[in-house]
Amino acid sequence: MHSQNYFWNYLPLMMQIIVAVGLGCSMVTMSWLIGRHRKSSVKLAAYECGVPAEGDARGRFSVRFYMVAMLFILFDVEAVFMLPWAVIYRRLPAITGSRMFGFWEMLVYLGFVLVGFFYIWKKGILDWAQDKGDL
Amino acid sequence: MTANFQLLRILPEVILTIAGVLIMLIEPLLGHSTSRKPLGWFAVLSVFASLAASFAQLGMAAGTAYYGVIQTDAFSVFFHVLIALIVLVSLLVTIDTANANTESLGELFALMVFGAVGMMLMTSATELLLVFIGLEISSISTYIMAGFRRKNVKSTESSLKYFLLGSFATAFFLYGIALIFGATGTTDINAIASQLGTSAVPMFATIGLGMILIGLGFKVSAAPFHVWTPDAYEGAPSPVVGLMSTAPKAAAFAVLLRIVYVAFPALHAHWQPLLWLMAAFSMTIGNLGALRQQNVKRMLAYSSIAHAGYLLVAFTALSTDGIAAASFYAMSYAAMNVGIFAVVSHASGYDERLSLISDYRGLAYRSPLLGGALGFFLISLIGIPFTGGFFGKFYVFASALHSGMVWLTIIGLVNSGIAAFYYLRLLASAYSKPTNNALLDPMPRASFALLLALVITISGTLILGIVPGQILAMSHNAAVSLTSGIANPAPSATHQ
Repeated sequence: MHSQNYFWNYLPLMMQIIVAVGLGCSMVTMSWLIGRHRKSSVKLAAYECGVPAEGDARGRFSVRFYMVAMLFILFDVEAVFMLPWAVIYRRLPAITGSRMFGFWEMLVYLGFVLVGFFYIWKKGILDWAQDKGDL
Repeated sequence: MTANFQLLRILPEVILTIAGVLIMLIEPLLGHSTSRKPLGWFAVLSVFASLAASFAQLGMAAGTAYYGVIQTDAFSVFFHVLIALIVLVSLLVTIDTANANTESLGELFALMVFGAVGMMLMTSATELLLVFIGLEISSISTYIMAGFRRKNVKSTESSLKYFLLGSFATAFFLYGIALIFGATGTTDINAIASQLGTSAVPMFATIGLGMILIGLGFKVSAAPFHVWTPDAYEGAPSPVVGLMSTAPKAAAFAVLLRIVYVAFPALHAHWQPLLWLMAAFSMTIGNLGALRQQNVKRMLAYSSIAHAGYLLVAFTALSTDGIAAASFYAMSYAAMNVGIFAVVSHASGYDERLSLISDYRGLAYRSPLLGGALGFFLISLIGIPFTGGFFGKFYVFASALHSGMVWLTIIGLVNSGIAAFYYLRLLASAYSKPTNNALLDPMPRASFALLLALVITISGTLILGIVPGQILAMSHNAAVSLTSGIANPAPSATHQ
């Protein structure tokens, strides 16, 4: 009897999925049914943000773009971890039972972040113009 | 329990973390032409320190730390020691194999040490989320290490395949945790068993367990989740393959033992047949696949699938003896497999000069030491008496027979017979007269690091095969401590 009731908990989720899928499908179908179709070479061309498509999709990019993107995400996520810590910082002594424990823990964490930062800096990853980094 | 006392329970991991960070700090400060080998020796020292810390934990009473997410007991110490020894030998082999062409050697040492941290965490974690974090630390390190010969297409392919399929499997593992949490309201391995009875939807727990079996089955390369293994092992640098075919598997087997025997003993009617099938498939597919291989590393990859199958046989025994046999087998397999990859690494060098079985022709004439070591490890892999491989298989099949797994034992024994063929093929090749004069060049001189690695692995295999009493007692203690539950519950007084 438990398991029968249990799945009813998911009913709102199910309804939301139905509405979302239904809305998407109906909008495409309606515009296809009601709208006028004028096929021209411009309209059938690949849409690339409004700019004429150029070159091969499999062109090669410098690996630097990926490095910078990855580092951005890494440091971004690392900074995000500080936010909840800062929010409850004043209550940390009560939670951990020690006055400075929360502070030192974050310092240890920032130490690890700094080590990573030092490493990529010395490896020349942040040096965009020079070929110092052995990429 | 004071904070310092808790720190002792993760001391092996802390030592290795600090060592890895130090290596990463020193590495970029060294000039391009400076040798990185001292960093490797530093890593070796840190692994010794971590081994000592693990043994020190044996003196403490078994117990938990950090709100019950870490549990050190005879079981966790057994696998900590095993992983530390594997990483130790792999570091030594890497120091021996590295040459002027080796790129970013410092990072390779740091990654091996970091990987060890993750694997060790997996074996002592009793919180599924911490297990997952350990799994990720160890997996991400191995993905990178697999692709370490950057300019080699095979190595890149190996890394990419391992990464894509590995992440897929980790996702299964994580989803399994989520479903188990949904069914039991906890992710604490020690608490799941008691919560299971009160579950509103026990079906979710079963599905969750199935997902975890898929995720871990991938990590231990058990059939039918084994397809990545030959490609990943073929391309990865040989010293790394020695590591990744043993240490992450040992850690994953430890997690699997903890999950099925501590958290889900009640569901054994569900997981025992699944593990039975996985064991039978792994042994058969591994051995039949290995028969057709010409490439030595691919052959050893299929052999490692087969050995994962033998190990899973012990899981189906549902007894303390079975757990002890699985732990013992993990150790004896590690000793001989890391050893054979030490030989393969040194013989073929970092640039992988030898790859096919026929390339190994005359190895014993070029270097009697390497030939002898290769022969010894192959004999152990076959499972001939007086080697660790024999006793490992013996205990596994004995525990399975005691629990009435007659058919699985028969499949296993038939497979052991098949396996002898391809191991002997490599042995015969190494001991035949070379036809090609180019293959007669003497081998590069064995370094101190290689000799140390061979001494550790050969003596390990011999001890496990001739006087296994002490290690058998250790594995038995580990099994008992796993099934007897926790000594003291998690400290929750400070938590509000």
